[in-house]
Amino acid sequence: MNRLMLWLPLGVFAVLVGFFFKGLTMDPGEQPSALIGEPFPVFDLTDLNTGERLSRETLPNQPFLLNVWASWCITCQVEHPYLTQLSEQVPIVGLNYKDTEKAAKNWLEKLGDPYALQIFDPTGRLGLDLGVAGAPETFLVDSNGVIRLRVQGEVNARVFAQKIRPRLDTIR
Amino acid sequence: MTPEIGHFALVLAFGVSICLAVFPMYGYFTNQNGFCATAKPLALLQGLALAVSFGVLMYGFLAHDFSIKYVADNSNLDLPWHFRMSAVWGAHEGSLLLWALILSFWGVAVALFSRGIPDHMSALVLSIMGMIGVGFLAFMLFTSNPFVRILPFPPGNGADLNPLLQDPGLIFHPPMLYMGYVGLSVAFAFAMASLISGQLDSTWARWSRPWTTVAWAFLTLGIALGSWWAYYELGWGGWWFWDPVENASLIPWLVATALMHSLAATEKRGLFRSWTLLLAIAAFSLSLLGTFLVRSGVLTSVHAFANDPERGVFILGFLIVVVGGSLTLFAVRASKVSEPGEFGWISRESFLLFNNLILTVMAVSVLLGTLYPLMVDAIGGGKVSVGPPFFNAVFVPLTAILVSGMAFGPLAKWRQSSDPKLYRPLIVTLIVSVVVGLAWPSVLDGNYSMGTAIGVTLALWLAIAIRIDFVRKVGLYGGVGSALTRVERGTIGMWLAHFGLAVTIFGVVMVENHTEHRDLRMGVGDTQKLGNYDLWMTDLAVINGPNYVADQATFEIYFGEILYKTVTPQKRRYNASGMVMTEAAIDSGFTRDLYIALGEPLGGGDWAVRLSLKPYVDWIWVGAFLMGLGGFVSITDKRYRKRLERENAEAAVDGATA
Repeated sequence: MNRLMLWLPLGVFAVLVGFFFKGLTMDPGEQPSALIGEPFPVFDLTDLNTGERLSRETLPNQPFLLNVWASWCITCQVEHPYLTQLSEQVPIVGLNYKDTEKAAKNWLEKLGDPYALQIFDPTGRLGLDLGVAGAPETFLVDSNGVIRLRVQGEVNARVFAQKIRPRLDTIR
Repeated sequence: MTPEIGHFALVLAFGVSICLAVFPMYGYFTNQNGFCATAKPLALLQGLALAVSFGVLMYGFLAHDFSIKYVADNSNLDLPWHFRMSAVWGAHEGSLLLWALILSFWGVAVALFSRGIPDHMSALVLSIMGMIGVGFLAFMLFTSNPFVRILPFPPGNGADLNPLLQDPGLIFHPPMLYMGYVGLSVAFAFAMASLISGQLDSTWARWSRPWTTVAWAFLTLGIALGSWWAYYELGWGGWWFWDPVENASLIPWLVATALMHSLAATEKRGLFRSWTLLLAIAAFSLSLLGTFLVRSGVLTSVHAFANDPERGVFILGFLIVVVGGSLTLFAVRASKVSEPGEFGWISRESFLLFNNLILTVMAVSVLLGTLYPLMVDAIGGGKVSVGPPFFNAVFVPLTAILVSGMAFGPLAKWRQSSDPKLYRPLIVTLIVSVVVGLAWPSVLDGNYSMGTAIGVTLALWLAIAIRIDFVRKVGLYGGVGSALTRVERGTIGMWLAHFGLAVTIFGVVMVENHTEHRDLRMGVGDTQKLGNYDLWMTDLAVINGPNYVADQATFEIYFGEILYKTVTPQKRRYNASGMVMTEAAIDSGFTRDLYIALGEPLGGGDWAVRLSLKPYVDWIWVGAFLMGLGGFVSITDKRYRKRLERENAEAAVDGATA
């Protein structure tokens, strides 16, 4: 075998290491979505608490956060206290994703309900339209109903300060 | 107090592994036999220390010692005892401990069964395995210690094991998989030892061949168990998802399969020497890479462990040392490898080369598909995902090409372009498999599927071709009985494994093309027809399990007028974590599985129900089991037994004279 060829595996590995190193420093939590800059998808669902029909038109006409959660999601419980705090600064719309009515209501009763609206999406239809991969996910939507940001995973003080806050300030 | 014993044993194992890495290596380079001789006792001591450490952690789970943080995070007072045992390896820290334990087991096995190997060689091999042990134990002690305590106020109850993992499948899947992953370290260590010593003839291939085969067999069983577990536990009814973690186990398997075959050529004919060395390095490196991918959070996956960049940096560093170091050594030393021997165009060598080529292309494509999202993201192309369409488009045709060649390989002779007469029986095989394969889809309900026709043709082609070799051997030894006792076990193992692949292919083709599947709304009293069965939902109830509450539906399955079976799919809500799990009801059969899973309650007492009839799905795992069995059968080959007996006899003589 050619001597230079013998170094090839090492070279390939070195390139891979470069990618892995880059990969480690990247935040898997930030997931740009194809929907960024796009209007909020059309939907026709009910409010979990009141049973009223909800659609794109009934969403708040000021910037708000849409938080995708479910009672089966552990991280949602973890971020819940912070969201409760956050709901004083910015309205949060809940999207109860692939859940059961009873479980979701119990959950809110137990942990408190900071949500301005609660879209009940037991089949995950709206979640599918939003490209939700799993709960929790949080979207920032501006006053024109355009999606501005998508955050996968837990929202906490750090994520809010570093990612959501700057974007929120530009659209306020 | 007890956890400290486990912790101490872990630290002890770390110290021992450092000695094991250093002393024999030092002894080898300074020619001091005394230092070389420390290898075996140190390997045994390391195994003992890790067994103690592992036993203590398991005791912590069984005795509900919630002062151990790992136990508190992954167990619960209500968790049944057998899940408390498997919870030991249910999360990151404990599964690392299992990894290290199994590595030390392989070290012990090498120490015990390597008496036919020169002492300086086994010393080198054990020293290299010791180095790997140092890396893993350091990783555990410095970033992921399973013995961290919650003191002085331990919680009264634990957070419970992830419900996904509360399943008999988890009891066996990780240990099997790790036996395979880590077992490849033996072939790796032999390759390294031969590169270091410069003894680059085919001896190392002879030594490492049985080890590679065993590791491969474990890996095969581990992957099959994982796939089976996903099938009935994840509640989706799929059997393979091309998830990064699954791919992380498939890639080493493909490379190890290639390695097994090229080791044969290296051992028997001294061919492909540097290529085989490279495969041995690659197979273990890719196992490590899999570990890195699963635990670093670099790729997001269904089964990713805790995403922790600090751990990622550590594993990446370790990966650089092990893989970078071994590839550098390879580049420097492999140029000294001589590649003697020639072979004809249509010889067994050329078929093995063909096999290696295809398997390598398969492994590289799966690797690329798995890493592509990461690479695109790293160069600023945004997050993308590569889904099953890519993998299927690449994997399926390559498998077809591979299988086409697999019928020829075993019939071919070493060295020369053999007589075309050898392949004449394949004409009959071809005709039979094509005719039956083309006819097969037309006896099934529904549209004629060309994919099924091709898949079944290939499976038959492979299965029937084995018969030719078998009949030849029977002719040679005069009778089936004497053939089975006198044919090399390696050959029998090969038949089993190749036949197993044919069985798996048949199962895959049937499931993928002919699954009857329905998602619908059902309430008590509703009946649905599925294949030849009528499914009648007779009851809905809420039941209490040991650590969960479940909605349970009762289905009576009728075959015509006869009540065939009653099954009870569940939707469980686990008390401690609040997680909801689908417990599908599966009726397994030789020709089909009936799969019933509860979706969501739809109000009014109705549920979304998922019904599937999956033809021949169990053949996928039966085939994989046959492949694994083939591996185990082949290492009982006479020459390994004889060697062992001879070594034992020698050892006995040594003992008598000493």
